[in-house]
Formats: sequence, structure tokens, C-alpha cells
Amino acid sequence: MNKPIDPIELNTNVGNVDGNIEIANISRRAFIKNMALTGFVLAAGFPSLTKADEIAPPTEKGKYGADGMPNGWVDNPLIFVAIAADGMVTIVCHRSEMGQGVRTSLPMVVADELEADWKQVRVEQAPGNEPRYGNQDTDGSRSMRHFFLPMRRVGAAARTMLESAAAAKWKVPVQDVRAEQHHVLHPATGRKLGYGELAKAAAKLPVPASETLRLKNPADFRYIGKGKTALYDGKDMVTGQAQYGIDIHLKDMLYAVIARPPVFGGKVLNYDAKEALKVKGVISVIELKGSPMPANFNPLGGIAVIASNTWAAIQGRKALKIEWDKGPNGTYDSVTYKTELEAAARKPGKVVRSNGDVDTALQGAAKRVEAEYYIPHLAQAPMEPPAATARIVKGKCEIWSCTQAPQVSRESVAKWLKLAEDDVTIHVTLLGGGFGRKSKPDYVVEAALLSQAMKGKPVKVTWTREDDLQHSYFHTVSIERLEAGLDAQGKAIAWLHRTVAPSISSTFGPDSKHQTPSELGMGAINVPYTIANLRIENPEAEAHTRIGWFRSVYNIPHAFAIQSFVTELAVAAGRDPKDFLLDLIGPPRRINPDTLGDAWNYGESPDLYPVDTGRLRGVIEAAAKESGWGRTLPKGHGLGIAAHYSFVTYVAVVVEVSVDESGKLRIPRIDVAVDCGPQVNPERIRSQIEGACIMGVSLATLGEISFKDGAVMQDNFHNYQLTRMDDAPYEIRVHLLPPTDFNTPLGGVGEPGLPPIAPALCNAIFAATGQRIRQLPIMDQLRKD
Amino acid sequence: MTTLNINGKSHKIDLPTDTPLLWALRDYVGLTGTKFGCGMSLCGACTIHLDGQPVRSCVTPVSAAVGKVIVTIEAIGQDAIGKKIQEAWLALGVPQCGYCQSGQIMAATALLKQKPEPTDADIDTAMSGNICRCGTYPRIRSAIKQAAGIKEIKP
Repeated sequence: MNKPIDPIELNTNVGNVDGNIEIANISRRAFIKNMALTGFVLAAGFPSLTKADEIAPPTEKGKYGADGMPNGWVDNPLIFVAIAADGMVTIVCHRSEMGQGVRTSLPMVVADELEADWKQVRVEQAPGNEPRYGNQDTDGSRSMRHFFLPMRRVGAAARTMLESAAAAKWKVPVQDVRAEQHHVLHPATGRKLGYGELAKAAAKLPVPASETLRLKNPADFRYIGKGKTALYDGKDMVTGQAQYGIDIHLKDMLYAVIARPPVFGGKVLNYDAKEALKVKGVISVIELKGSPMPANFNPLGGIAVIASNTWAAIQGRKALKIEWDKGPNGTYDSVTYKTELEAAARKPGKVVRSNGDVDTALQGAAKRVEAEYYIPHLAQAPMEPPAATARIVKGKCEIWSCTQAPQVSRESVAKWLKLAEDDVTIHVTLLGGGFGRKSKPDYVVEAALLSQAMKGKPVKVTWTREDDLQHSYFHTVSIERLEAGLDAQGKAIAWLHRTVAPSISSTFGPDSKHQTPSELGMGAINVPYTIANLRIENPEAEAHTRIGWFRSVYNIPHAFAIQSFVTELAVAAGRDPKDFLLDLIGPPRRINPDTLGDAWNYGESPDLYPVDTGRLRGVIEAAAKESGWGRTLPKGHGLGIAAHYSFVTYVAVVVEVSVDESGKLRIPRIDVAVDCGPQVNPERIRSQIEGACIMGVSLATLGEISFKDGAVMQDNFHNYQLTRMDDAPYEIRVHLLPPTDFNTPLGGVGEPGLPPIAPALCNAIFAATGQRIRQLPIMDQLRKD
Repeated sequence: MTTLNINGKSHKIDLPTDTPLLWALRDYVGLTGTKFGCGMSLCGACTIHLDGQPVRSCVTPVSAAVGKVIVTIEAIGQDAIGKKIQEAWLALGVPQCGYCQSGQIMAATALLKQKPEPTDADIDTAMSGNICRCGTYPRIRSAIKQAAGIKEIKP
């Protein structure tokens, strides 16, 4: 199906390091890269060699999974694999590395099917170019879920080409040879040839059609499922050599920081740059026009200070005198807004799912329980704040940035600079964390506009922590109101949930004031509980700031409320919370999410990915068993449980807390059970889940972004606090449920660990103290002095 | 022009002497392993060693480093304890995004130099100035103990 590509001499001008320019602080790794590449005489293909339009588009596009994503998937080995004469195998990673380990795990899948020796593999980061590589939006816990199979096919196709080349050379049937650890063998005669020796001939062969490929028997996997592959970037990370977006250094580069409107939708009325221009190192002050709402990925505008180093730019910004027009959101106030959300939650709203007759059942209930839960805005706060460097030479713009959205960055820059997309190159660096913030390339566009204003000179825009916390695309803010009825036996017979939160869709279009189907599908609408009378309502909530994705998104408030409420109901019914939760879920069954009112289901096929209550029960039972649920605890300790399905993965968690007489909270241990289907890199799955536990503790105990007079009140880590070592859970025990087999669909990993943490923590606090936390963050709500 | 001793080499720095060392290292000398995280000594990402003591380079002016020995993440592997810490970090797969790890490693190395067998409380005290948003704290704790040769890594 794919055209064979003629062998071509590779040049060295590939990847993140452009051979035409001087990189002032060329890193050890970049240096080795260039050395290695000069050794390439021949390769199956490489980024700068094959034009996207020479590649046949993937067939069998459907509506689910990777098929349903913009630009889908690509499984052409000519795009993803290059083999040099010395045997070095280069594998392209087209997804952004932000701590999930994707630059190890995806190339590892290719290497396994290719029978490449991992020691002779190097990884090259793809630039933003989805027509060429397939979807690159690194979000939604999708990288492995959507690219496990395409990457297996990439490796298998390249392996097949090498085997065919060897068989042709030896004039033996291809079925008589086999690839093994960087060689092709002919066992009958004991002959063998290295991959480097075969690369030239292999590259002349046609790419085998997908349907003819032999994928490995999972029993023969060397790397997949083992969790033994060292982190590809690990050594660079611990030696200070790893390059993040903020680390880019180009010759003659200028440094910029920007004073942005404190209130979203505001703009500059007038400004005085006289004092700023006196700061040593300041070169120029430039006004950037704001953008009309909705926010989209547009820059916020403001006054940029261009300087010869970052510190001078920061000092110059401090010396600016700016008068702002606050615009329509100038009265946004989190205290007032919370009361508005509460009022909305106490009145009927848009019905988004209804089963049975909730009102009648509630009236007839032996016991009624109601509760309201609040989670404020949050900022993702990746440790590396947003940063981007741009340069424009002869009408072509090059960007270096830490972005989760390389293709969207490319489209955005092309639009703003009025360039063709082909004239915009996005080099993707490592990301010092993303968590959804770096899915929005407003900062990338800023760099491009400032380079344009400086006649194409390289300009790096650095966001300070203040910028990051005050101008994020914030996690929503929500009131979740739940009401339930229990019968005389303590069984839940009615469930009414009103979820009130401004929608991310307001960032991209007129504010509908309602959550979208996907937002509601994040755990609110699709509760798989055996309650005959159930209604979910979504009253209106208007957005007054940029609302955006935060790791696990609307699952955070939905899971916090629902999983807290389930334990509250269990307490009201006089039942054990774990047993009560299992009874609510009912017997193991595979539910079509459509029948739960969820037509979205994370974009996955309802046949391949039903809501499987057996798996949900499985993680709850595993977490309970491993944590010793029901064990006798010291005074002041308590256990709390929560379970949640998100990103087509099942997670249950038991948190142990201790609260001393002064109200000091400690978390000695968390047991978390995860069923994410096949585990490609169990070691990185564990690290993601450990991290999710700590992020969950952080947002539950400390996380709050609040607004007054339209502006964010927090501006650095002293007033937007994050969990530190001394308050982190002491021990996190991750229990991965044994995978069935590698032919079953994969679940997500990066996000689903997060939602159940906060409710399990608050349930544990209740068990320890009798105090119910319904409003996050906990802050000093437990303090007794 | 100021002269600084960085990683055993002498560097001439043409910046105002109140410039924080962080930006002199990153933008002027080109040593970007030392990270910017907050600019207010709140997160520890910029931790370096000044005459062997861990300091936050984001609030340490160039003038305060004159005549002193500056060691950054790029050279900490030349120190026996620094190397052990780096090896333990890799063996236990500590880094996720890796961004804060320069500062974590500088803080952990300073801890072990001062207390070769730290207790959990010592680790809390030495490391709680360093934020990790990915949540690698339990592995950091274990890696410090591994580097220190402390067998028991469970409570």
C-alpha cells in the first residue's frame, strides 16, 4: 500500500538541532546526535526525507480510538524508523515527553517488534506534523492506548523488510530466516547478518501491507510488559543535560517577558516604558494586541519587554507603568461566584440523564441524605513554566517549545503570522511537566509574534511563576449537589446529582453555560449504579476566565463528590463503605455506555470498551485486600475508600490517614489498585500512579486559585502551595491487576489515578475524626488550636 | 566584569552584580541544568552548591558568589556522593518529567555530605524545600536511602 522509497543519503540536518544555526550551548546529547548521524549512509527513512504527500494515508479510518482523532494514526516504518550502516536504529517518537515516559515506552514497542537491541536504539523527537506522524495531541491518556498497535506494526514491518533483504541475499525462502536482537539469522546454515549490513537492501524493498504483517507472540516480547527498560532520557535528566523548552539558546537570541492583562478579557489602556528602557540589558518594549474573546489558543496581549537576558527583562517589566482596562470580567469574585453556583445547584437544571421517578422515590424514602461539595479553580503549575523560542528567516518560522500540542502550535503560529503551515516548524523539546497547561499554545504564538516584531531575530518568551499561576487556562470550579434516598434496609433507591461548573467549551466559542457531553461523561452522567431512580441535572454556570484541561479534568469534581457521597450514604445506612459501594455497583456486567447516557466514552468504541462493573469491582476488592481494609488502626487513624472509572481505566484507592490532637494530617500509606488492561511499561505505570496520588493529595489539601476583582489572588508557591516531601504520603503501594492478554484494549494511565484520591482521603479523614470535608482545599479545616 | 569559579573553571561575567546567579548561569554561561521554578526561593529547582552549601541561585546575587566555589548539576557527578545519588536516581527510576530533579539531586547530595545516614526526619528537613509536581517524593526518599547504603527503605 505504501510506495517504496529510494535510498537517499541522509544529511545531518534533522531533529531539534538545526545544522544551519549555532546552538550556543550545544548539549552533550545534541553533539552525540550529530556524530551519530554522520554515520548514517542509508536508512529506511527519516523526517527530512519523505514528504507527507508521498505517504499513503492510513486506511480503515473509523470514528473511535485513534481513528477518531485529528489526523489519526500512521504506521509506516519509513516515517518512524531509520537504520544506519553501523547498525544504530533511530526511532521517532511523535508524542510529547512530559514525565509519562513516552519517549521510552513508544520506541520500546517499536524496538521489541523490530527485534532491535535497545542498547543500539536512539530516539528522535518528531516535529509538529500530524499529516506525517498521526495525531500528536499528547493528552487524554491516549499515547499508548492509541499507538501501541500502530507502533507494533511499524516495528514488525521494518523487521519484515530486514528479513526479506537477508533472505534475498542468501537466496533462501524468507520463512527460513528470522530476526533476533539486531541480526537476521539463517539457522539452517548458521549465517547471520547485522541490521546495519542489511539496511541498504531493506530500504529498497516495498513496505509490506499491514494485513500481511506477523506481529510477535506476546510470549516472545523482550521489552513490552517487562518494565525493565531504563528511562531513555534518565541520564540526561540527572546530569543537567536534558533540554526543556525554557533551556533553548540560539545565537543572538533575545529574551522576553510579558506583562499581560490581570483580568481575562482586559486590555492595555496606556503605558509608559521610559523607566523600563533604562534598565541595563533592556532592548525594546513592544505592545502585543489582545485577542477578542473567546480565548481559544490566542495570546492574551500586553506589554512585552525584550532584553539581553531573562533577568533584565523581568526587571524591565517591573519598571513598566501600565493602566489596564479590566473588561467584562473585572468583577469576577470567587466568594460571590461560589454562592451563585450554590444557588444554581439548589434549583432544577437541565436534565441530562433520567431513569425512573426520582422525586416520588425520594418522597417515599426511609432516609434522605443530601450534601454539596465544592472544588475551586486550580492551576496546573508544571515546574517548568510555559516557554517558547521563535525565529523567522526568509519567511519561515521555526519554534522550539515544550508543547503538548505540536500540530495545534503549528496551525496557530501559521494563522497568526499568516504563513503556510509548511513554513512553520515546531521543534518539540522535553516538557518540565504539562498536566494540560501545555496543550494550549498561547505562549508559542507570543514567541512567534515577538520574533516577527524583532525582524525575525530569535526571541525566547519565558513565563515567570507569577505569569503561570495568574494566566493559566484554569481547572473549572464546581458545586456538586447530591441527594439520595435510602429504603428501610439502607439500600439506595433514589439519586439526584446536580453538577454546576463552567465549561471548557467557553474557551473556544460562545458560552453555552452547560457542560459538554464529554465533560458530563467524566464520571457524572455515566455512574454505573444499580439505583432504579436516578437523575443527573446540569444547571447553568457562566465562565469568567479561561477554563482549560487539568490532568483528569471534570473527573476531579465529579469523583470527589460522588465518591465522598457514597461513603456518606454508607454511614447513613450503617454499612461498611466498601460493601455499600460494591452493592451500588451491583453484579459484574458489561454496560454499553450509551445506556448510561454517555455517547462519548473517551472516544472509544462501546463494544471494545464497555463499562465493565466486574473490573470496577475487581479494583475495589484488590485495593481493600491489599490495604487490609477493616484492620484495627491506632487511635487517630482512619481508612477511606474510593473508586472511579476514567480514561477507560478502573482505579480504586484506600488511603490511610492519621490526624493528631492539633489536627495535623499525615498520610502514612496509600494502596491503589489499577486495571488499565495490558501493561506495556508497568514501571512507568507505577510512577504515573504514584504521581497521581501525590497530585491528588496536593489539590485536596492545598490547591486553590481564587479571583477578586477579576484577577487571580495567588502568584507564587507561597500562596498557591503544592504538597512537599514532608506532607506527601509516606508509602504508595501500586497494585496493577494482572493483565489478561495483549489482544485486549489498553486503558489510559496518565490521568485515571487522580480522581479517586481526594474523596478517599476525605473519607479517611472522616473515619479518623468524624469530620466530613465537603469543601476543598482542606487547608486548616482540621486544625484544633 | 565579575569573575566566578563555576565547576572548577573561571568565568568572566559581564552582568550587574545584583543579577541572580541563576540567570548568570543559564543565560550568560549557558549552564541550563540549573532550573527556574519560582524566582523566590520557594521551590528549590535552582539549587546549586556554594562552597559546598546548598543555596537557591534564584535569590543569590552574583556578588555573593565572588571568590566562592560554585558547583552545579552539570558537575555534581564528579563528586563521589553526587555520583552515588545520580546512580540511585537512575536505578530507582526517580525522574518523571525530570525538571525539578537537578535541584533535588543538589539538595540530596548536600544532605548526604552532612549526614551520611539520614533519618526520615532528616530527609524531610533537607528535601521539603524542593517541590516536585510529578510527585516523585517516595522514590526520592528511597533513592537517598539507597545512595546512603541504608538497607531498610520501608517504614
